[in-house]
Amino acid sequence: MKFRSLIFANLFRKKVRLTLTIGSFAIALVLFTFLAVVNSAFSRGIDIAGADRLVIVNRIGLIQTMPISYDDQVRAIPGVKFVTHDHWFGGVYQEEKNFFPQFVIDVENHRKVYPEFIVPDDQWNTFVKDQQGAIAGATTAKRFGWKVGDRIPIKNSLYGPTKTWEFNLDGIYHTAKADGDQGQFWLQWKNFDENVPAVVKSTAGWYILKLDSPDDAVRVAKTIDAKFANSSYETKTETESAFAAGFAKQFGNIEFLILTIGSVVFFTLLLVTGNTMAISVRERTGELAVLKAIGVTDGTILFLVLAESTVIALFGGLLGLLLAWVAIPVISAAVTGLLPPLLLSKTMLSLGLVFAVFVGVVSGLLPGISAMRMRVVNALRRV
Amino acid sequence: MIRVDGQGSGKSLIQVRGLTKTYRRGGEEIQVLQRLNLDVDKGDFVGFMGPSGSGKTTLLNLLGGLDVPSQGSITVDGDEITHMSGSKLTQWRARHVGFIFQMYNLIPVLTAFQNVELPLLLTKLSKAERRKHVETALNVVGLTNRMNHYPRQLSGGQEQRVTIARAIVSDPTFLLCDEPTGDLDRKSADEIMALIEELVANHGKTVLMVTHDAVVAARAHTTLHLDKGVLVEASKLEQGVVAGGVA
Ligand SMILES: Nc1ncnc2c1ncn2[C@@H]1O[C@H](COP(=O)(O)OP(=O)(O)O)[C@@H](O)[C@H]1O
Ligand SMILES: [Mg+2]
Repeated sequence: MKFRSLIFANLFRKKVRLTLTIGSFAIALVLFTFLAVVNSAFSRGIDIAGADRLVIVNRIGLIQTMPISYDDQVRAIPGVKFVTHDHWFGGVYQEEKNFFPQFVIDVENHRKVYPEFIVPDDQWNTFVKDQQGAIAGATTAKRFGWKVGDRIPIKNSLYGPTKTWEFNLDGIYHTAKADGDQGQFWLQWKNFDENVPAVVKSTAGWYILKLDSPDDAVRVAKTIDAKFANSSYETKTETESAFAAGFAKQFGNIEFLILTIGSVVFFTLLLVTGNTMAISVRERTGELAVLKAIGVTDGTILFLVLAESTVIALFGGLLGLLLAWVAIPVISAAVTGLLPPLLLSKTMLSLGLVFAVFVGVVSGLLPGISAMRMRVVNALRRV
Repeated sequence: MIRVDGQGSGKSLIQVRGLTKTYRRGGEEIQVLQRLNLDVDKGDFVGFMGPSGSGKTTLLNLLGGLDVPSQGSITVDGDEITHMSGSKLTQWRARHVGFIFQMYNLIPVLTAFQNVELPLLLTKLSKAERRKHVETALNVVGLTNRMNHYPRQLSGGQEQRVTIARAIVSDPTFLLCDEPTGDLDRKSADEIMALIEELVANHGKTVLMVTHDAVVAARAHTTLHLDKGVLVEASKLEQGVVAGGVA
C-alpha cells in the first residue's frame, strides 16, 4: 500500500485526539465484551449432555410449584442416583437490602446431592433434629456477625400474611472450593410445610437430581419431562446453569437490559468516532483538495479516510479486548454465586473485534463520502 | 506563438475555443468567461492578469480539468478534456498537469521528500525509481539538503519550491500556477520566478501562470489580461484595442 506513510502520518496528526479516540474504543470494547459475556452466561447451559446434576422446574415457570409426590416418581427412574427438592423462601432479614438467598431444603437428601457444601457432622445432626433450625453459609454468617446458637428472625410475606419466622442457627457451611457459593441460608422443608397456607403445602419449588453417570443426562431429562407431560404440573428438566440463569432472569429482563446498554454503547461510540472523523476530515479540506488536484481518485480518498478510522478502531478494539481479557476473570470471581460463571471465549473476542472494526468503518463512511464528493474548486476557494 | 483570436493553426499544445463559464448565484447568472479563445504552444510561458474576480482562477481550473465549462472546448495535446468523465479527468490530471497554488499546497505531516513523491504514488514506478525522480526534482529546485524536513520547518519560499518540485516530478505536459508568489516577500518571489523561468528556458516546460503582480507577470513571455470574460494581449489593451472573440 503506497499511501501507508500518509495514513500513518494522518493518524498521528493530533496525538491527544488519537489517544482519546482509541481510549473510547477501548472502554466501549471492555463494556461490550462484558455485556456479551454476561449475556452468554445467561444463555449458556442449554446443552444438557454431560451434566451430572439436573434441575426439574415447572414448565410454566420458576414460581410455579410441583407436587412433592414427584420426588418418589423421579427417584424410580433408572439412572437417577439421588433426588432432593428446594423451595424459595424469599424472606427479609431486618431490611430489604440485606438480601441473601434462603432455600427450604430437604434434609434427608440435600447432602447427598450437594457434597460441595460442607457442614460439620455435629452441627448437621443438631439441625436435622431441630425443626426451627437453620444453616447459613460462611459469608452470610460473617456478614451479619451470626454465631451458632443465635436466633435469626426473618420476615416473610410470600406465603400468606406477613409474619416473622424465628430460626435457630444450628450450623455454618463452607464450600470445598474457596470461590464457591457461601451465601445461602437453609431451613427445613418440614418446618416450612407445616407453616404455609394449604395451597403451598406438599409442594416443591424445584427438584435437583444427581445422576449415576453424565452419559444418562439427555435420556433421563427426556424421560422425566415425558412422564409428566399432559399432567397438571408439566416439567422442564434442565442443567444447573440454565436454572441459575432462569433464576436470575426472575429479577429482571436481563437480555433486554444488556441489549439496551449494548445499543447505547454502540451508538455513543459511533457518534464519538464519527464526529472525530468528521472534524479531522474537515480540517484537512485544503489538503484533500490538493491530493485530488494532483490526480488521487475519489476511491482512494474514501479509502484513506476509512483506513484511518479502521486503524483507530483496530487499535482501540485490541486494547479494549486485552483489558477485558484481564478483567473478566477477576469480575467473574467477584460475583460467584450471584451470576453463572463469566467466560470470555475466542468467539467473543473475535466478535468484539468485528464490532470495533464495524464501528470504525461506519464512522469513517460519512466523512469519507463527503470528502469523496467534495469538489476541488470549492474546497480551494473556501480559504 | 500565443494567440487569443481563435485563429491558431490547430497544431498548438493547448487550444481553447469559445470557452464560457457561467455561475448561478441566487436567481442571477454570472458570466465569468464569455467565449474565450486561447492557443498556447509547447515551451510557452503565459502570464494571466486581471483584477480580483475577473475569472483568472476560474480559467486556470478549467484548463487544469478541475472544473467543467458551461460551453466551449479545451484540447490539450490532441485530447479534448471537456468531454471526459470525472474519473478519466482525474487520470488525465495526474498525467498531464502540474499544479502550484498560492497556499494549502503541502501536506504538513509529510516530509518534503514524501510530498514530492505523492504524484508518483499514482504511477507504476518502483520505489527506487520514485526516489530517483524525487531527488532529481528536489535538485532542480535546490532543496536536496531539505528533503527530510517537514513543511513547518521550511520558509514560505522553500515550501513553494517543494510545491514546484512536486509539480514537475511526474514530468507533466504543462504547469498551472495560481498566484505562486502571492504569499511571499519580494526576495522569495524573485527566487521562485527565477526558478520558473529556468524551468521554461532550460527544461522546456510549458507554464500558465496567474498573478495580479505586474512585476511577476513581466517575467512571462506573454502577458494576457482577462477583461469582460475574454483574454486581451497586454500591448493591445494599452492601445485600447479589444482583441479576441467578443461579439
Ligand atoms: N462556485 C462559484 N459560485 C458562484 N460564483 C463563483 C464561484 N466561483 C467563482 N465565482 C465568481 O466568479 C468570479 C470569478 O472568480 P475567480 O475566477 O476566482 O476570479 P479571480 O481568480 O480572477 O479573482 C467572481 O465574481 C466569483 O465570485
Ligand atoms: Mg483567484
